[in-house]
Amino acid sequence: MHESAFLIGQVFNGISVASLFVMAALGLALSFGLMRVINMAHGEMLMLGGYLAYLTLLVVPGPLGILVAMPVAFLGAAFLGGILELTVIHRLSTRPLDTLLATWGVSLILQQAARNLFGAIGVQVVAPTWLDHTISFSTGILSGLTLPDTRLFILLVAALILGGVALLINKTRLGLYVRAVNQDRPTAAALGVNARLVDLTVFALGTGVAGLAGVILALLGPVTPTVGQSYIVPAFLVVILGGLGSLVGTTIASLMVGLFTALIEIYVDVSVAQVLLLVFVILFIQIRPQGVIAVRSRALEG
Amino acid sequence: MKLLELQAACAAYGQSQVLWSIDMEVEQGAAVALIGRNGVGKTTLLNAIAGVQKLTGGHLKFGGEDLTATPAHGRARAGIGFVPQGRHVFPHLTVMENLTVGLAALAGRKAVKESGIASHIFDLFPKLTQIKNRKAGLLSGGEQQQLAIGRALAGQPRLLLLDEPTEGIQPNVVQQIEAALRRIRTELGVTILIVEQYLDFAWSFAEAYHVMQRGRIIRSGSTAMESASEISHLVNI
Repeated sequence: MHESAFLIGQVFNGISVASLFVMAALGLALSFGLMRVINMAHGEMLMLGGYLAYLTLLVVPGPLGILVAMPVAFLGAAFLGGILELTVIHRLSTRPLDTLLATWGVSLILQQAARNLFGAIGVQVVAPTWLDHTISFSTGILSGLTLPDTRLFILLVAALILGGVALLINKTRLGLYVRAVNQDRPTAAALGVNARLVDLTVFALGTGVAGLAGVILALLGPVTPTVGQSYIVPAFLVVILGGLGSLVGTTIASLMVGLFTALIEIYVDVSVAQVLLLVFVILFIQIRPQGVIAVRSRALEG
Repeated sequence: MKLLELQAACAAYGQSQVLWSIDMEVEQGAAVALIGRNGVGKTTLLNAIAGVQKLTGGHLKFGGEDLTATPAHGRARAGIGFVPQGRHVFPHLTVMENLTVGLAALAGRKAVKESGIASHIFDLFPKLTQIKNRKAGLLSGGEQQQLAIGRALAGQPRLLLLDEPTEGIQPNVVQQIEAALRRIRTELGVTILIVEQYLDFAWSFAEAYHVMQRGRIIRSGSTAMESASEISHLVNI
């Protein structure tokens, strides 16, 4: 295998992991930016999405099952997220630390529920045959490079979601209200914006995207009750690196974390790579505490 | 007809009470000035009417409807427009986006149709047309104030609450803002409740006044019947 092919392969892997992180972190970043709450049960929305994909494929087998599973997982996770916001997060909105604890409790409940319903071992979602190919190169400097279709599919889905959310936030009236509430909640409310409804909508949207990410996770490995946990820590890292609530920052930070891990794994093994990733994040935050994109810059707030 | 009625309104920050049983009425079409020294509760009173600050007691009626339990966005939609102290424009939004947020107050209103940012706002504040694509956080104080008033007008309010609209603004812009406020009264027929430190402007603009001291209204009257000098000792230090 050509050396540059190997390098490009690792970069591609990094970007593909990054696209998972961005989908997992998007909801966290949006709701932290708006409500200053940290949802510890966010990882379980990924898990829910995975199980919903499994169930959908039982009902709708065949090549198009996965395409049905995506909206089902989105709506299912958004619905559960909405209930979580209404029953737990909104009621604790003035007590952020309690929200942390309460949502962690919800996370444990959801994991146990999954264990009781589906068993601890996990279920398998088989990727449809149209995603079963790989693009491989056999000649030139790229000889030996293989790009699995599933990974390309992940990239495409992440790009579509990111583009969709960016359009929603930047081009629609709802997005304008989200940005207004984000910048000055009392004033936005005094101008007629129903800030409560904005909170609820954004929270449900974020958990819905996590549910979608769960479908993608199901294509890569078994869906277990704790599948969300392995993605939620990097997702938190991404949110912090990105600048707590910025869409662009979250995307850049996902790419940083994904590429850093993939490239460092060329030289060291996986667990050392994890350590080095944390060291990298600590150093980065030391140098730039506001993250990649500073949402609350003083330059604009005299 | 009474547009706004406060009955025994109280407000507190935690344990410390800031407003003590305020009774106040604002007639439809009137301009009323709220005056007093710093820290006597003028801003709290305006915030409480807008719904940004909670009332801990008493009642608020607007256009005959009891809005005591209505949240801020509901009051805006009922027709209470708010220009907060310190302007509070959305710094990362453009001028046009700031004005568009003001349209949120039109949601669910039967009497008015939403038709974008009404041209009379740009007519009142021509400056806003030139800077409509700039970020509000980069504007001068005077420009931000004009934007804050324009933004409140976008929601087509029946009552406009103004909290020191000329504070910290250079004198020639102060005159423009004062002229615009007179036009808002006469041409748009908007009722105005204004917190104002300059007695001269308060007297030439409003027909009724209320003086606040330590969270209470200690004196009210008509600006036509009394001269500003009679109450200046209650306001100046």
